[in-house]
Amino acid sequence: MPNTTYPGNQLMRTVRKLAAAGLAGATLTGAALFGAASSALADSPAPSPSASAHDAAPTEAGTAFRTAVAVHQGQQATASASSGDYLYWMFPADAGQRPTVTAKVTLPEAASRHGASTWRLDVYDGLRRRQPCMYGMQSRSAAQDAATVELSCTLRPTVAWADTWSTDPLPGTYYIRLTALSLPDADRGLPFKAEVEPTVLDTGGAHAVDGKLATPLGAKSGVEPDGGWASGRWTDRWLWTVGGGLLAALAGVAGYNLTRGRGRPSRVPRGV
Amino acid sequence: MITRKRLAAGVCALVATFATGILPAAGTASAAPQPDGQPAQAAPKVDLVLDVSGSMRTADIDGKSRMAAAKQAFNEVLDSVPQEVQLGIRTLGANYPGEDRKVGCKDTRALYPVGPLNRTEAKTAVATLAPTGWTPIGPALQGAAEDLKGGDATRRIVLITDGEDTCQPLDPCEVARDIAAQGIHLTIDTLGLIPDAKTRAQLTCIAEATGGTYTSVQHTDQLSGKVKQLVDRAADPVAVPVATTGTASCESAPQLKPGLYTDREKFAEHRSYKVDVLPGQELRASASIGMDRQTNPDYGVMLRAVTVHGREIVRGSEAGDGRTDLISTGLRYPKAPADDSDDKTPETVCLQVSNSFSAGPGVKTDPGLPVELAIDVVNGPDHASDVASFGLGRGWWLLGTLALTGLVAGLVWGWISRWRIAVWRTN
Repeated sequence: MPNTTYPGNQLMRTVRKLAAAGLAGATLTGAALFGAASSALADSPAPSPSASAHDAAPTEAGTAFRTAVAVHQGQQATASASSGDYLYWMFPADAGQRPTVTAKVTLPEAASRHGASTWRLDVYDGLRRRQPCMYGMQSRSAAQDAATVELSCTLRPTVAWADTWSTDPLPGTYYIRLTALSLPDADRGLPFKAEVEPTVLDTGGAHAVDGKLATPLGAKSGVEPDGGWASGRWTDRWLWTVGGGLLAALAGVAGYNLTRGRGRPSRVPRGV
Repeated sequence: MITRKRLAAGVCALVATFATGILPAAGTASAAPQPDGQPAQAAPKVDLVLDVSGSMRTADIDGKSRMAAAKQAFNEVLDSVPQEVQLGIRTLGANYPGEDRKVGCKDTRALYPVGPLNRTEAKTAVATLAPTGWTPIGPALQGAAEDLKGGDATRRIVLITDGEDTCQPLDPCEVARDIAAQGIHLTIDTLGLIPDAKTRAQLTCIAEATGGTYTSVQHTDQLSGKVKQLVDRAADPVAVPVATTGTASCESAPQLKPGLYTDREKFAEHRSYKVDVLPGQELRASASIGMDRQTNPDYGVMLRAVTVHGREIVRGSEAGDGRTDLISTGLRYPKAPADDSDDKTPETVCLQVSNSFSAGPGVKTDPGLPVELAIDVVNGPDHASDVASFGLGRGWWLLGTLALTGLVAGLVWGWISRWRIAVWRTN
């Protein structure tokens, strides 16, 4: 899944990055040097405040919500486990992002297996509420001789605020659970490998709503998107609305000009 | 690019102006993203329980005896145990070679006590082992739980065996569930060496009863790799829940602060807990119920926030079927800010966790199913005055409408001014 970015969000990110860089720069150089620092920062790409995007991908998985292993957006986590285990990871998703989790299970050697198995991928939000998948094969059966199973789950786009009685996805931590839903008893405990990758698609302001959580769900788990959580003040609706206002002004001028005809009427004398 | 440069310069100037005042505050705010803000963790404890029964003589793992494979794996594991882990080794069936079942079924002892590891001593102790007696898994697990007693650390038993328990009627699976129910955060991982169907069933049951994992071992490297993985897993810091006991009614329910709690809930039972929420705060709660034994295939869980007068505020519920480790749900309850900002009277919210698990015939319902309750109280959300973000619009229809409105306004304005000129000229 490509990490498509809308122009609005790109702008927001640039602004955010510049602000963060400005803050860091000011701390380091002090007030006297801010002019030099700002030009230097503008010329070179701003160093991300948390260089966590380049952490090594996790090679283990947790076995419960409490022990879930953190994965960055767009990072591929791997794990080796015994079939029948429940594997947990967690990743952050911010408002306006639509997460997709893909998983690939490399099954135990076909020779050691005794029948077909069914594998399943579940995604839970920061309140441990199961989230439905909009698209994707969340559960799939593997024939006895199959080598791999691929699963995927695309969540609904996260919104910044929702009614308490809805289970709409909110910004925060999301938990991934991967397990065998059914397998022959004789195949329990055989070694398998799993790969999991959470990616997000930026949906721009299409799902922007008013209101905002004070703290993202599951904030205690300590995971957050590279570059931090969005402030909630930016939405590309500002661009659309301002653009609409400009268009309206231009159209207004055009309309006014239409009624005026071509310039000043010739019969009106000069200097009146 | 020029705009961006200007923007950066502007931001820097702004920040520099306020730097002295703002930065200390910003520093403290971003300094502590520690998960759960827990103090230094107690050293995690691991007890490796090794079967040294007569059947370990069988030479079917990579051409070597099961015992030799286990010894080799232990040596590799002992070399790579993380510094902070307190490791112990317990054997079962290592000493009594006789036929007396009563004596044979008590044959378990701590080979190396749980504590800071001396690798050489531990390896020497393992080297002396020779396959001997019976397979008293139940008593060995009880002994291992005893070894791990004390402190508030995470505890893990790694049981390595090649056969089922030969000391019935004490069912090791029941033993495991009882150990888990003592609320001492103990996980039992089981490894079966070339297991048969009965062994597999028993080891799977033990692992599931405590939230552990079961592995079937066919090769030596697989054994050492798995044990290493399990020991490393024990070393990972994790939030340790606090045991609590909910009650059937709200009045007598225990008062909980934000944190992580465990409890045990019987089949189709509900339990209540009380939490205080100040005006302008949001209560967040998640409950999960573990499936630590065979239950009927369809089940559910419900978490309700209820006022002290019994009015339901909000609920979270989830149902499912089939194989699972747990079923969980959660809820949010933002309490509206008080009209009077000095009003700091907390509201007591009652959290009710109920389940709709049911057990088939012959399934023990005691102790209850493990419940994990996560409670958090955070600042309330910003309320929405409009569904759309800041009341702004978006899309081509919006642009078209605004442009058309502008055009019409321009036309009207133009006509009016023309009409005014005409009127002025006439006069």
